[in-house]
Amino acid sequence: MTNTPPARGAELLETRGLTKVFGSLTACDHVDIAIRKGEIHALLGENGAGKSTLVKMLFGSLEPNEGEIVWKGERVRISRPGIAKKLGIGMVFQHFSLFEALTAAENIALSLDDGAPLSTISAKARDLSKAYGLPLDPEAMVGDLSVGERQRIEIIRCLLQQPDLIILDEPTSVLTPQEADKLFVTLERLRDEGKSILYISHRLEEVKRLCDGATVMRHGKVVGRCDPRKETAASLARMMVGADVKLAESTPISLEGAQELLGVCGLSRKPAGPFSMALKDIWLSVRAGEVLGIAGVAGNGQGEFFEALSGEVLQESADAVRIRGKSVGRMDISARRKLGAAFVPEERLGHGAAPRMRLSENLLLSRHATDWFAFLRFGRIGVVREGAVQSAAQRVIQMMDVRKSAPDPEAAALSGGNLQKFIIGRELDRQPTVMIVNQPTWGVDAGAAARIRQALIELARAGSAVLVISQDLDELFEISDAIAVMHNGELSKPLPRAEATYERIGLLMGGAEPGHVETREIA
Amino acid sequence: MRLELVKRPERSKLFSALSPLIAFGLTIIAGAILFSLLGINPLTALGTYFIEPITQVWQLHELAIKAAPLILIAVGLAVCYRSNVWNIGAEGQFIMGAVAGSVLPVLFPETIGWWVLPLMLVMGMAGGAAYAAIPAFLKARFNTNEILTSLMLVYVAQLVLDWLVRGAWRDPQGYNFPQTVQFNPSAVLPELFPMSGRANAGFLFAVIAAVLVWFMISKTLKGFEVRVLGQSPRAGRFAGFRINRMIYFAFLLSGALAGLAGISEVAGAIGQLQPTISPGYGFTAIIVAFLGRLNPLGIVAAGLVLALTYLGGEAVQSALGVSDKVARVFQGLLLFFVLGCDTLINYRIRLVGSASAAPDVPAVVTTAPTVEAAR
Repeated sequence: MTNTPPARGAELLETRGLTKVFGSLTACDHVDIAIRKGEIHALLGENGAGKSTLVKMLFGSLEPNEGEIVWKGERVRISRPGIAKKLGIGMVFQHFSLFEALTAAENIALSLDDGAPLSTISAKARDLSKAYGLPLDPEAMVGDLSVGERQRIEIIRCLLQQPDLIILDEPTSVLTPQEADKLFVTLERLRDEGKSILYISHRLEEVKRLCDGATVMRHGKVVGRCDPRKETAASLARMMVGADVKLAESTPISLEGAQELLGVCGLSRKPAGPFSMALKDIWLSVRAGEVLGIAGVAGNGQGEFFEALSGEVLQESADAVRIRGKSVGRMDISARRKLGAAFVPEERLGHGAAPRMRLSENLLLSRHATDWFAFLRFGRIGVVREGAVQSAAQRVIQMMDVRKSAPDPEAAALSGGNLQKFIIGRELDRQPTVMIVNQPTWGVDAGAAARIRQALIELARAGSAVLVISQDLDELFEISDAIAVMHNGELSKPLPRAEATYERIGLLMGGAEPGHVETREIA
Repeated sequence: MRLELVKRPERSKLFSALSPLIAFGLTIIAGAILFSLLGINPLTALGTYFIEPITQVWQLHELAIKAAPLILIAVGLAVCYRSNVWNIGAEGQFIMGAVAGSVLPVLFPETIGWWVLPLMLVMGMAGGAAYAAIPAFLKARFNTNEILTSLMLVYVAQLVLDWLVRGAWRDPQGYNFPQTVQFNPSAVLPELFPMSGRANAGFLFAVIAAVLVWFMISKTLKGFEVRVLGQSPRAGRFAGFRINRMIYFAFLLSGALAGLAGISEVAGAIGQLQPTISPGYGFTAIIVAFLGRLNPLGIVAAGLVLALTYLGGEAVQSALGVSDKVARVFQGLLLFFVLGCDTLINYRIRLVGSASAAPDVPAVVTTAPTVEAAR
């Protein structure tokens, strides 16, 4: 690891003192980064480290306040994405920008300026997909495609412009391990052809495996450059976080004879819209003391499943969901909460919390039904006891170490990690018997994530049932006692932690016969 | 060249609070320009418009009479707009409240008793609420756009009133004028201070309603529900609140208050039904609601300001020979500047050079996720 700026000369792209300021926040502070020709270069950093801002400046979506970009030895000003494309910089975004009601080829055509006929584009796309091992049917409707396939469209769309530099933003966050392997082969082939790739990630193992060089950012600054192959995952993590990262400690326990607290029996749900997933005959049981993890690639029905469990959407049959032995399929979210269940949805702002409301008001949001005796007076008139709500909010803030700038700030003023700590703490504070969490640490920095995971394990060990839906396999392996996989709206049988491996879970995530794991030969 | 609105990271607290005052100041300036273009000394005109109408005690009574319906309606609308329910049809609910409340004094003019007036008020509120229930039902059941349905129902209400006073409810001894009988004394709202002017209990209702709704919004769980569902419906659903129930609540409450305003107007200032019973109170109240920042207490102040624009319009017409439609101009200016100030508090303007104004397909495509998110 060195801190000297890279030597000049053979670089394809170089930035010098690139700075971007948003109000009082310096998102990028004099960033120097250099990418050689024919290199896969990793850009590492936690959420909020300034990676996205840097990349947006390279792609012309943001203009720097200061500093310069040097492309093939010449200073350039990239004021909009069109210019970046002309120069030969292509980008594959983390959140795809595809129209679901159009075909793959039509989506590609939309982003090309030359007005080529659709058939030509289809043919070109098909050629590229063969050449780079990215199987794709250009005539397929995007809405019908898996996330991995959609990513291929984005990559092919990018390749069609024949870029010299391809920027990939967290490309594997939506892929199964096997799909990720295929992507790496493609990327290596591109590198061998002399193209450069800027690979943004916080997954250290894959960076170690794939990348030739890495630049690490923290708090908007470059804090290190290294050859990732010479580092360990732990040393990379230390560079990223600035401190050692603790893993959550989970001691295996015996669930022999433990009582079922959450049961799902043959839950099915029709798709709510043309692009949402149907749930198909889901069975599940979570016992007291257990953390059950649900893995799966994004968009395979996890959101729909969460809504069904929480009671935001009711079931047709009361027996489809049982909480503490009581059939709650026809009960709304407040009634389920009163039975001791707590819910943490995936989206923090706008679902788990109202962005423009204060933390204390957001505490009331999910607790008014269960804690009315503490938070309300005069029965049906329901006058809010400000003081009681305030002190409960402060209790949660202290318990979870929520960092904030004002005594009781608006939810939107908190960073993602701190808000998530508050939202989880808000539920933990009432000692729920059943806790259902969707993506507990998505976009949360490592320190906060470790704290949240530890809290979930402790809740389970204290006798509650915890269900964690996550796309982060590492997380599930860290905290779960058993892992089930959701694919295409179906749920596999849970594999006990001892039997679960990345390979087996990965195969299930890719759609290998849910429900029949135990009889399957695992390659 | 192109103008773009860019969201500010933070709203300025100071300017949020000052915004109504700035808007009022800008309205005065625009009004001064307007009067000088008409060839009238702007100082004289503004004095006649804004100051003269409130120099004597009886004029303050007139101000209260005009302000009462504006405040009553706007307080209800504040609940609607805070909960993201866009009731534009308060004018119709006002009229239907007046009609429903007038059933008793028009069809049974001989009825006398202490209970007549309270019953009329209750029927007025019920009438307004029932009329507001129509767009509420359509929205909750069929997801129709309540802005359109509630607005269109205004014209229906106006025509129903017109039909009644020209037809079935016309005063037989009224020399064929399109109006009902004069209400008997026990059907007329008492005046507050009969010695000094004719302001009636309607203003009292308005202030009481404002205080009650303020308490409801800021102190109770119901008010919390209103705010959460208005700001982020998904979080509201997560909290266990039901959007459809809120649609009914907001419409029925604002309809009842508009109905109360309607019956108070005919049982107070007018004393009978006639083809036109409102100089557009239901629409002006929208301005009042926003000028009062959707806060019931702010609405009391805003209601008085807008009432003044009506009185000022009459004053400049009689003193300077300017059409009293100038009141509408001032109201429009005020709403324009209030909304303008609010927009500039939340957004800043960015000039985009003509180079980037050229259609940039990739840029358009990359905005697709925001469109998705906005849905």
